[in-house]
Amino acid sequence: MCRRTTWKNPMTDPDKPLLRMQDISMHFGATKALNNVDFACKPSEIHAILGENGAGKSTLMKLISGVLQPTGGRIILDGQDVRLATPRVAQNLGLVCMFQELSLVPDLTVRENLLLGAPGSGLGWLRSDALVKARDVLDRIDGGHIKMSARVSDLTLPSRQQVEIAKALMRKPRLLILDEATSALNASVVTKVFDLIRAERDQGSSVLFISHRFHEIEALADRISVFRNGERVETFDNGDHSYNEIINMMVGQRIDELFPPKPPARADAKEVLKVENFSWDGRVTDISLTVHEGEIVGLGGLDGQGQGAFLMGLFGLLRTAEGKVTVAGKPVSVTSPKAAKQPDIALAFIPEDRKTEGLIQDQSILENLQLAAIGLKDLDASNPDLYQDTLERLELKHGGLELPVSSLSGGNQQKVVLAKWLALKPRCLLLADPTRGIDVKTKTQIYSMLRRLADQGTAILLLSTDYEELIQLCDETHIFYAGRLVSSMRGDDMTAQNIIAASLNVTEKRKVVHA
Amino acid sequence: MLDYIRANRREVIAAVVLLVLLSLYLGTHPRGASTYVMTIWANQCLILGLAAIAQFFAVVVRGIDLSVGAVIALTNTLASHLLDGSAGAIGFGVLAVLAAGALCGLLNGLIIVFGRIQPIVVTLATASIFVGGALMLRPTPGGAVNYDLADAITLDIAGIPTALIISGLLIFAFWLPFRRTGLGLGLYALGSSEQAAFQSGINTRLVRIAAFTLAGLFGGAAGLYYSFVTTTGDAGIAANFTLNSIAAVVLGGVLLRGGVGSLIGALAGAFILKTIASLMFFSGIPSLAQPLFEGLILAAAIAIGGADVLRTRNRLEVFGR
Repeated sequence: MCRRTTWKNPMTDPDKPLLRMQDISMHFGATKALNNVDFACKPSEIHAILGENGAGKSTLMKLISGVLQPTGGRIILDGQDVRLATPRVAQNLGLVCMFQELSLVPDLTVRENLLLGAPGSGLGWLRSDALVKARDVLDRIDGGHIKMSARVSDLTLPSRQQVEIAKALMRKPRLLILDEATSALNASVVTKVFDLIRAERDQGSSVLFISHRFHEIEALADRISVFRNGERVETFDNGDHSYNEIINMMVGQRIDELFPPKPPARADAKEVLKVENFSWDGRVTDISLTVHEGEIVGLGGLDGQGQGAFLMGLFGLLRTAEGKVTVAGKPVSVTSPKAAKQPDIALAFIPEDRKTEGLIQDQSILENLQLAAIGLKDLDASNPDLYQDTLERLELKHGGLELPVSSLSGGNQQKVVLAKWLALKPRCLLLADPTRGIDVKTKTQIYSMLRRLADQGTAILLLSTDYEELIQLCDETHIFYAGRLVSSMRGDDMTAQNIIAASLNVTEKRKVVHA
Repeated sequence: MLDYIRANRREVIAAVVLLVLLSLYLGTHPRGASTYVMTIWANQCLILGLAAIAQFFAVVVRGIDLSVGAVIALTNTLASHLLDGSAGAIGFGVLAVLAAGALCGLLNGLIIVFGRIQPIVVTLATASIFVGGALMLRPTPGGAVNYDLADAITLDIAGIPTALIISGLLIFAFWLPFRRTGLGLGLYALGSSEQAAFQSGINTRLVRIAAFTLAGLFGGAAGLYYSFVTTTGDAGIAANFTLNSIAAVVLGGVLLRGGVGSLIGALAGAFILKTIASLMFFSGIPSLAQPLFEGLILAAAIAIGGADVLRTRNRLEVFGR
């Protein structure tokens, strides 16, 4: 089964699939995550997998990488049946996965993580010659600043993804699986990652690529397979179908517009949140901005330029933050999340990492929904009516509110996080990349929800790594660079070119910062 | 250098505390820093040190071993039967004692992995079994251990206590190379994030069984060394060693949540704990008040290790430490 002699065969017929999955099913109890799926990946191709959350993409990847074993069907590699009992077996056959839930160990250093389970290292003495390749990969995807001796728990999310990419590539995969591999990376790093992926393909490897960003798939994929409800709908060459056709295949129904229309700016809108000269620990410097009633204000920039820390600071998560914050005309001092959610301030914060910071995975959906409302005098947290409206609007798919929140897919988990905070009717909503790794349909639901909240008078600060969101959804966008606000743009100035240029801090004519 | 200290701050703090306590101890001891005093001190410390190392291997994979003391009692009573007679018989006896310890650990590991039962439950049960075995081997304290061998291992070589030489060998000849093996890395990976370890292709079952077997092996080594120091077998020592081994690893900077700490820290923690106890003995504090002061010193030492929480500027980073 684990024959490594079939490593690479130059005589392979290019049309003969490298990997074939025949009649594959994966049932979890009554849930059919995959149902009689046939799927094939050719040698030397980049094959994109598209589908909503819960369509079965991640399950398929877990089967190929040996994390799960199918309840039915055959997996055929190079024409031979294989059983992928553990990730180790799969890796020895050259099937390497870069997981959406990162496979890095937080307490170990980058070097140790790269060596962990690396090819040729069992439980005996570790050889570090494979690290040269990893270092090379890191340097080529803007990870030059990542030290081998740094602990992974001290790295930012984007840096961790870069390490994860290096870890996957140093295993010299024949079939590389990228499951939302670039979701936290900004556009310029993604471009470099893509160059590497193309180089892998040109050397004969195949790549399975899952992403929810259409422009990434368009730029990278050779072929595309669309999944829906645990079944493969269609496989076609990139370019054969338009965006709209693909989206319709994914959802099985028409979605006309991804983003809701923007209403004209209201001249009389009141200031809801005003921040003046906000600074923290040398990592955020002198930020001033205003959010009016009904506005969605975007925060953009490269990763880790202080925009995330700025949102945390507003919500009282940072010690020794300086600056003046005014909410609805009254100066406030937010010293903790508990103070921030009180009705006189009424801020809500949707954190970047919903899995660990937004939810308690082992608790039920209902218990998670109540978390934010607990401890507020005028709210009865146990009253389900508080959450009903949001859950209905967002169409939360669940098998019962008493089930653990971990039973939900990523997109549905994010809906729970939103519902939990919207129950408090916040005056100002702070969102840190709320649509990261979420399927298109849920994205449109969240976008229209945000726009509706804005129309009802909620002020919204939206941090995003996807510039489409900043352009299409936001009324105004501020770009961060090195902890400072370097550019602010409105209306027609918000173009992809302007946003990327400002993110890299190469703008010719610096616009006056809106204060 | 500064980076190194920061990365290993828990061990560094433990070492500094140990040095301060040791100089206090030698300063107050009526016979001062003689080889005799150092040897007695080092012997006591190494017994607990080996027990703490046993506990460390269980804790680092996010487990706990409540049978450490029981394994020590069982191997101690076994040694009191086997460590006398011809050189060949004694040699066999030493190996048998260590193997018995390792087997106890292997049993724990197998039940934990294949029975899918929490370590705390499994080791609580097996602890009773092991103590039961020890009582059958030695219903009342007694037995004998070859005096020549016992002297060779518990006295000194050229003025340096043999126990300190063994500690040095454990660190430099065993731990530092071991840490660079796949198994050494796997222990930490398993304790820090089992899911990540599994997805990285680590055989998590094998690593967990290996961790508990190592715990048993070092429990056996502690029992063996205890036999050399006391030259008798006693089945009643289990409970005390289990509790003290847990206190020692915590004191040495090993986090009970797994994935953080080192053998050096566990060893230092054990030495600190024993030194505090010895210090009390000679300090003139009334014996009834000694547990109180011991506890206060323990609490203070642990608090120093967590003091850097005060420096973090992001409140979220305080959690998960």
